[in-house]
Amino acid sequence: MAKRIDATNVTAYYGGFKAIEDINLTVEPKTVTALIGPSGCGKSTFLRSINRMHEVLPGARVEGDLTIDGQNIYDRDVDVTAVRRMIGMVFQRPNPFPTMSIYDNVVAGLRLNGVRKKSILDEAAENSLRAANLWDEVKDRLGKPGAGLSGGQQQRLCIARTIAVEPQVVLMDEPCSALDPISTLAIEDLMFQLKDRFTIIIVTHNMQQAARVSDRTAFFSIERTGDPGRLVEYDDTQKIFSNPSVRKTEDYITGRFG
Amino acid sequence: MTTSVAPRPTRPPDAPETLRARRLPRYAPPAVALAALLVAAALAYGTGAGGPVLVVVAAALLYLVGLFAVANVVEGRRAARDRLWSALIHSAFVLAVAPLASVVWTLVSRGAERLDGDFFGTSMNNIGARDPDGGAYHAIVGTLMQVGIAALITVPLGLLCAIYVVEYGRGRFAATIRFFVDVMTGIPSIVAGLFVLAFWVLVVSPVFNDGRPGFSGFAAALALSVLMLPTVVRSTEEMLRLVPAPLREGAYALGVPKWKTILRVVLPTALPGIVTGVMLAVARAAGETAPVLLVAGGGAAINFNPFQDNQSSLALFVYQQAGDASRYAPARAWTAALTLVALVLVLTIAAKLLSRRNRLGR
Repeated sequence: MAKRIDATNVTAYYGGFKAIEDINLTVEPKTVTALIGPSGCGKSTFLRSINRMHEVLPGARVEGDLTIDGQNIYDRDVDVTAVRRMIGMVFQRPNPFPTMSIYDNVVAGLRLNGVRKKSILDEAAENSLRAANLWDEVKDRLGKPGAGLSGGQQQRLCIARTIAVEPQVVLMDEPCSALDPISTLAIEDLMFQLKDRFTIIIVTHNMQQAARVSDRTAFFSIERTGDPGRLVEYDDTQKIFSNPSVRKTEDYITGRFG
Repeated sequence: MTTSVAPRPTRPPDAPETLRARRLPRYAPPAVALAALLVAAALAYGTGAGGPVLVVVAAALLYLVGLFAVANVVEGRRAARDRLWSALIHSAFVLAVAPLASVVWTLVSRGAERLDGDFFGTSMNNIGARDPDGGAYHAIVGTLMQVGIAALITVPLGLLCAIYVVEYGRGRFAATIRFFVDVMTGIPSIVAGLFVLAFWVLVVSPVFNDGRPGFSGFAAALALSVLMLPTVVRSTEEMLRLVPAPLREGAYALGVPKWKTILRVVLPTALPGIVTGVMLAVARAAGETAPVLLVAGGGAAINFNPFQDNQSSLALFVYQQAGDASRYAPARAWTAALTLVALVLVLTIAAKLLSRRNRLGR
C-alpha cells in the first residue's frame, strides 16, 4: 500500500519569492527518506508541496510534476482532500485539537470524513494508538483532553491521528524538534516500525537523527539568502554520511557550514 | 617597557553592593493612610470647607504623597516609585469598581420594594395612577421575545459573515465588509429604530397587514439585530483569528475539507470567546429603549404574538414608569431595572456554562 513518489522540476513560490527550484527526486515505497540542510533552504517547503499543504498559505503556489505511483497530484482534476488523505503529515509542534479528547483526536480524521460506526472507530483508535506506542500510556484516560498530555505524548498522538486514516505516505516536518531525547527516541523507534507500512519522508535538523532513521538522504542548500533552495545531493544515507560526492554536502555534515 | 594592563571591570555608579535593602515595616502603609485621613479631616473641618467626600479625596492624595515620601527616605527612590505606582493602580481599580458597586446597590435597595409575585405575574393592563399593584410580566415577555428573535437572526448571520471575512474573504471585497461592519458598530440605536420604522413598519409590513403599519415585537427584534450584528461579527472575527493556523493545517492534513475543518475544529475552539461576544451583544440589545419605543410602540397588556400589535420591553417599561406621574410608578421602574440586569446576568452565566459543558475538564 505504500507508494512511490516522483518529483520532477518542482518549483515553489511564496507570492513573488521563489523558495525552491527544480527539485528532482524519487522516493521508493516503504523507505524512510530524510531531508536535511540549513535553515531556509526549502526542505519544509518541498515537504509541504508533496501533500499540497504549501498552497494553503495565501499567494503560495507550486510548479512542476509530483506523481504518486504515476498520478500527478497537481493535475487539475485531482481532489486535494483525497491527496491529503493519501499523504498524511505530522507537524513540527504537536497540534492536537484542543476541544477533543484523546480518543476524539485519534479518530478525528475518520469521523470528519464521515465514518460513524462505533466499532470501526474503536478499532482504529486502538490500532493507531498501539502503532504510535501510546496505547499503554493513555488507554485508561481516552476521554481526557489530548492537550493534557506531555509534549512527546502529544506528538505520538498526532502520529496516531495521522496513521488512523490509513495514509500511504507519512510526511514529518521536524517532528522531534520540540521534544526531549527520550520522546525523540520513542518517535524514532516508531518510524522503524511504521516503515513496514508507510513511505516516510522526514525533515530534520538533527543529522544524527537522519543517519539513524533514514535509508536515503537528500541534502538541500541555498547559495545565499534570497536565492531559491536546490537539491544538492540525494543518495543512500550511508553514502551521504560516509563518502558524499559533493563537497558542499561534506562541509555541511561535518559542520563546516550551516 | 610596555605591559598591557587588563582593563578594570567598571561598575555602574549605582550598582548595589549588597542584596539587602531597608524595607518599610508592614504597618507603615496603613499608618500613613491613617495619618493622611486624620490630616485631611483636620484640614477639611478645620477650615470649614467640610464634607466627607472632600476628606476621602484629600486623604487619598495625601496618602500617595506621604507614602512616596516615607518610602523615598527609608527604601530609596526605586522602591518609592514602585509603591507609588502600585498604589495608583489600586486606586484606579477602586475608582472603576465604585460606580458599578453603587449601581448594583442602588438597584437592589430600591428595586426590592416591588420584588413580589404581582410584579412578575401581572401586566399594567387596567392599572390606573392610583393602583399600587401592576407588574412587568408583559415587558419581560416582550424583552425575551424581541432579544430572542434578534439573537436568532443575528447569530447565524454574524457567524457566517465572520467566517467569510476570516476564512474565505480575500482582497478588497473582504476589506470593504470589515470596514462597514466597523462603521455599523457606531450606529446610534435611534437610527436603527428609524431605519426599521421607515423600511419595515411603514413600507413592507403593511403589505401583510391590510395596508396598516405593523408595529410589532418582530419589528423591534429587527432593529435590535441591526445593533447586535456588528458586535457579533467583530467579536467572532477576533476569536476566529485567535485559532492557531497549525490546528487548521492539522485538520487539512487529515484530508478534512475546509468547510468541515471550520465547522468541527475552528468553531469549537473559538466557541467560548464567540459566546462572550454574543452575550455582549444580547446585553446591549436588551438595554435598548428607543428602537423598541419607535417600532413596537410599547403597551400595557400582555402580547405573546411578536408579529402582531404593540409589545413592550423591560427597558421601555423602565422609561415609561420613570416618567409616569403615579406615585407607585418609580418603584416599578426600579424593580424592572433590577430585573433587566438580573436577566442579562442569568443569560450570560447560562451561556457560559453551556459553552463550557462541551469543553473537556482539565
